[in-house]
Amino acid sequence: MGKIKGAIIVDRERCKGCNLCVVACPLDLLTLTPKAVNQKGYHYAEQNNEDLCNGCTSCAIVCPDGCITVYRKKED
Amino acid sequence: MTKEEIIQPENLVYKKPTLMNDNPMHYCPGCSHGVVHKLVAEVIEEMNMEEKTIAISPVGCAVFAYNYLDVDWIEAAHGRAPALASAIKRLWPDRLVFTYQGDGDLACIGTAETIQALNRGEHIAIIFINNAIYGMTGGQMSPTTLMGMKTATCPYGRQADLHGLPLRITDIAASLDGTQYVTRQSVHTVAAIRRAKKAIRKAFENSMNGKGSSLVEIVSTCNAGWKMSPEKANQWMEENMFKQYPLGDLKDTSNE
Repeated sequence: MGKIKGAIIVDRERCKGCNLCVVACPLDLLTLTPKAVNQKGYHYAEQNNEDLCNGCTSCAIVCPDGCITVYRKKED
Repeated sequence: MTKEEIIQPENLVYKKPTLMNDNPMHYCPGCSHGVVHKLVAEVIEEMNMEEKTIAISPVGCAVFAYNYLDVDWIEAAHGRAPALASAIKRLWPDRLVFTYQGDGDLACIGTAETIQALNRGEHIAIIFINNAIYGMTGGQMSPTTLMGMKTATCPYGRQADLHGLPLRITDIAASLDGTQYVTRQSVHTVAAIRRAKKAIRKAFENSMNGKGSSLVEIVSTCNAGWKMSPEKANQWMEENMFKQYPLGDLKDTSNE
């Protein structure tokens, strides 16, 4: 039984730092950047642990601006 | 497996719907409008109605919805979206016609148009974003503002003797004979968003199948107007809004 692994891409410039994806992630893998900001001045979301993501799409579904793209692959 | 191996087109499971363009949305961070826009775009794509959709935008925050969703839009006068939608659906019965309105537009200024269009059983779908406040103009009291809720025009909280009582217009719509599907949903969690998407899909299908009018109320947050963080606004909505506006289907006769 292969393990399912996921990966996300956050559109940093589109992100408004609303924090909803951080709350929605069941594994708490997302955080807002503590210092870095995008061109609009928002602290954008980023993944703090890439290994644990299983591509459940929760973060992308709740994102009001559609900033998150999710990929999922089954490990051989 | 590296991140590069996972990020391949064949492994894609979720992305922004293509109908939603890359224009940066003017909505405040965490606004429910964005999620509902996404759901509308996804449903239109799933129904393959991209070229045959005519949407009516309201006056309110969603007035610029035409900048974000690449379907045909018409901008209605304040509150008159259901009247405009009725005319368009009668002229083009093969088009998917829906209105997208807020509580100030639908429940206050356009109450007559809303109730009359629903009661005539026009084959249109109405998406009603209820955030209990006039968000665009700076957070004034709306008909759906909760009792005791503080807004710019009732800074000491809404009082029954001075401001009247909150209006449950969706319940009124459910009592009308012209409506087929009346439901109240929310978009604060993943499960709620999935249910809301199903509700929008059903309303759009009813519109295409000529089954009378459908109203989908989405109980939403206005974190900027409520002066809360998006996360706190969702909690506040669960604790307070859902008591006054309980979620679920109020009427569904579309299968009969």
